Amino acid sequence: MTLPRVPALEGFFREEPDGSARLLGGHCAQCGASFFPKQFSFCRNPACEGAILDDTELSTTGKLWSFTDNQFTPPPPYPQVEIFVPYGVAAVELAAERMVILGQLAEGTNIANLAVGDTMTLIVEPLYETREEIRTVWKWKAVDK
Amino acid sequence: MASKRANGQEDVVVLGTGMHPWGKWGRNFVEYGAVAARAALQDAGVAWTDIDYLAAGNTMRNGYPGYVSGSTFAQALGWQGIPVSSNFAACASGAVALEAARVRIQSGKADVALVVGADTAPKGFFGPLPGDRPEDPDWLRFHLLGATNPTYFALYARRRMELYGATEKDFAAVKIKNSRHGMANPFARYRKEFTADEIAESPMVADPLRLVDICATSDGGAAVVLASAEYAQRLADTARHVRIAAISTVTPRYPNTYLDMPDMATDSAVGAAAPELGFRDSIAHAAYEESGFGPEDVSCAEVYDLSTALELDWYENIGLCQPGEAEALLHSGATTLGGRVPVNASGGLASFGEAIPAQAIAQVCELTMQMRGEAGARQVENARVGLSVNQGLFGHGSCVIVAR
Repeated sequence: MTLPRVPALEGFFREEPDGSARLLGGHCAQCGASFFPKQFSFCRNPACEGAILDDTELSTTGKLWSFTDNQFTPPPPYPQVEIFVPYGVAAVELAAERMVILGQLAEGTNIANLAVGDTMTLIVEPLYETREEIRTVWKWKAVDK
Repeated sequence: MASKRANGQEDVVVLGTGMHPWGKWGRNFVEYGAVAARAALQDAGVAWTDIDYLAAGNTMRNGYPGYVSGSTFAQALGWQGIPVSSNFAACASGAVALEAARVRIQSGKADVALVVGADTAPKGFFGPLPGDRPEDPDWLRFHLLGATNPTYFALYARRRMELYGATEKDFAAVKIKNSRHGMANPFARYRKEFTADEIAESPMVADPLRLVDICATSDGGAAVVLASAEYAQRLADTARHVRIAAISTVTPRYPNTYLDMPDMATDSAVGAAAPELGFRDSIAHAAYEESGFGPEDVSCAEVYDLSTALELDWYENIGLCQPGEAEALLHSGATTLGGRVPVNASGGLASFGEAIPAQAIAQVCELTMQMRGEAGARQVENARVGLSVNQGLFGHGSCVIVAR
């Protein structure tokens, strides 16, 4: 029996049927700025009087800004597991929104193959499992690598 | 530079400094702070009962006494009725406490003030405070990404490698320099010289940063006594007085487009022009503006080397060199003791580890010792102007310029 996949936290991203991720952010119709996470109901641009942020889905691809990996298990509230497998972390710049977004790197990514400027795309992968569910998170995956 | 300010006011004076050595003892942080405070009072030649304002830096990991650090230290030293403030700005807490005391003195509401910060730190990675808080960016980055502080340091380091061709050997050279400097500092936690081989054997934590590239979490305490120029002149030993030429406690300008702890995303640069100076560049810039000094005037600097690679970023952020030139400046020997502008003559965080609310105060203690010519084997020759720079998560910049 396969366990159902649900986001580790509601309201940050959504999984498409093809396994790709859509980040759920806020967008100010007045100044054009995007925010992730949406966090507040209003625009944080001090020169903008935007009082309402629309729900928006951010671009799904971007250019790699920087990357690293976690070779030791992070402390709680990172889900603690018996056997920790090191994983990558990437910061990716979205061209349309002109902002950088952090995410884990897709499982199996070898960071030795990455370079700043690489094209990256959003996917959904497991973060941890409970008895009932697979709790998922968005991750960055290198395109063409 | 004249010590008179535009409004005719004289610069506030550092009368005394005191530190409790950095280490990992797990004792009550109040003890470290009290030791540092008493040492600073003795150094200043001022009695605690003469102090008319106390500003302290908070610690988040020691319960309620840490959130009300001002009254915690006032009680520990003996209640004497004075007003206090408890300041938190993460790693920049000490600078915010210094500024609270300076402003109090400049406003005429105090003549002589004590500033103190101390911490007892847990072992290993700093984590967020307990509890489930999906609205707290600090909780979110740990829960969803496992993005520790070293994860961010490593992203900055990798960016530096990709943009400027920095190498792990460059980062190791920072560690070697700072570990040598720290050997001459009795307050440092690690007084051991590191070799390139030892560094290369250190376990990788977050590529490209190894364990010894990343500052440890430490216990420690630091304090300074500040006074108005008028009060200072009434004391005997005015030759040892060092003045505070500037304190910058700036925050970012929107849009902040450089990924900052603890956020999972930067601001969007759509809809607003990016500020002329990035946040890290703006920190020292504000202090240069206030003091009238420029980077060329700086005799020595204490920069916040949370990682070895970050020290190189700071060279550029405080104007010691142009972007991309930090590695060349390091290898020229300019930032080593004996060079043109020694950086982290104290040994830096590489030799101390980080005792959060004490750290910005400790930087000022070191600069004051340097300006006085009392830094012993790590003395910077003819030190006249010292600059400290630091950044606390959630958008706190801190820079202090002292001058003799």
